Amino acid sequence: MDFEETAVKARAFSYFRAATIDQALDAHARAGDDARFIAGGQSLVPALSLRLQAPRLLIDITHIAELRGIGREGAYLRIGALTRHCEMLTEPLIAEFAPLLHAAAPFVAHPAIRNRGTFGGSVALADPASEFPAMTLALDAEIEIAGASGRRRVRADEFFIDLFETALQPGELITAIYVPLFKADQRFVFDELARRRGDYALVGCGMLATFASDRIDDIRISFFSVGNRPTRAKAAEAALIGFGLDAEHIAAAQAALAGDLAPPENDEVPPAMRLHLARVLLGRLLGRLGEGA
Amino acid sequence: MRGFDETLLDEADETVRVRFVVNGRKVACEVAPRETLVDCLRDKLELTGTHAGCEMGACGACLVQVDGRAVHSCLMFAVQADGARIDTIEGLTDSGAIADLQAEFHRRNALQCGFCTPSMLINAYELLSQVAQPSREQIRDALSGNYCRCTGYEAIVDAIDAVAKARSAGGAR
Repeated sequence: MDFEETAVKARAFSYFRAATIDQALDAHARAGDDARFIAGGQSLVPALSLRLQAPRLLIDITHIAELRGIGREGAYLRIGALTRHCEMLTEPLIAEFAPLLHAAAPFVAHPAIRNRGTFGGSVALADPASEFPAMTLALDAEIEIAGASGRRRVRADEFFIDLFETALQPGELITAIYVPLFKADQRFVFDELARRRGDYALVGCGMLATFASDRIDDIRISFFSVGNRPTRAKAAEAALIGFGLDAEHIAAAQAALAGDLAPPENDEVPPAMRLHLARVLLGRLLGRLGEGA
Repeated sequence: MRGFDETLLDEADETVRVRFVVNGRKVACEVAPRETLVDCLRDKLELTGTHAGCEMGACGACLVQVDGRAVHSCLMFAVQADGARIDTIEGLTDSGAIADLQAEFHRRNALQCGFCTPSMLINAYELLSQVAQPSREQIRDALSGNYCRCTGYEAIVDAIDAVAKARSAGGAR
């Protein structure tokens, strides 16, 4: 068989299973940065098979203990980068302290993909149509990064730069994501519009709001599948802060969305249609939020 | 603990030895790093019940259980599975774990060409191990990553629904 022409097979690469973060970073540096870290591989393996990428070295980080685990650290829930999507559905700490991630998880791909795909991998890839990167924005999460110069934490607001472009530098990897603990005066809601369950959303949205009695004290609204990167709807947020969720203010937020989103040209889903769908989704979600979500 | 050895970079086409427990049996294989688990299972171990379809994680024909969870064996290189426990449709068949599902698929014509069937069964097996009495909606959702181009899915959902009810009625299973 002519693998070059017909088959869906990756180009040859070397494989290294790292036992520690330092080993992984060292291997990447010594491969002249022509290397890729692999965790769940649910996006990377198809990219290799289709030969969209052809690194000379694959560094398996799934056996690094430090990248695992979920636990409270002060005002944050630390979610290890290797946490699998399926764990978002079953881990009690996620349900209690990061319920927005729990709510988004069933919408991420299909069960067998969720069994292997990782939270850190999804955030690192920063697919603009993915649920979890956008939810780190809604949650005001911080992304912990390890690199040659040590560790740093980057707020989600500063992490997503452009199409598949993030604050991650070559040779760096995500170690954990820190999510502020969910509080009693907060509410969350998540939904997406897709033609078929498990397909990429036409548009999706999640939000986290802090209430003072019936008024919104603070709200973070994050959309995905609307452009080159997950996007906060800051004008819509501003239209809501200080007000109750009545029809007038929901309509104002929907109108403000035109200033937040600039969907790209697309034959199947023209920009005007996507903006319309985003407004419809925003209206529904704010309605649910007002009812207590 | 062995660190990174740069000579590895010149050995991309050389095979490495991997060991798994496949269907309860310890096996060792020589694989190139770029060889997917589905190719290893089919070509090296002659376990051809796992099917290679799209080879990019879209069709769901290649599901196996790795350490007890259903995964696409086309989205995993065999080297990644070194040390893992792998259960394929052959093992689940031999153990009798899915005998009732297989009988019900047969009885309700929940297959025609059969290409998708092994993965449908693995998916159904995993769903029923997690949710004893799934709704039809939950069954459809669980199967959303498995393409069937023959049946229209209805008979597959019927079969899984019937087995869930029979297992619940039968008590301990």
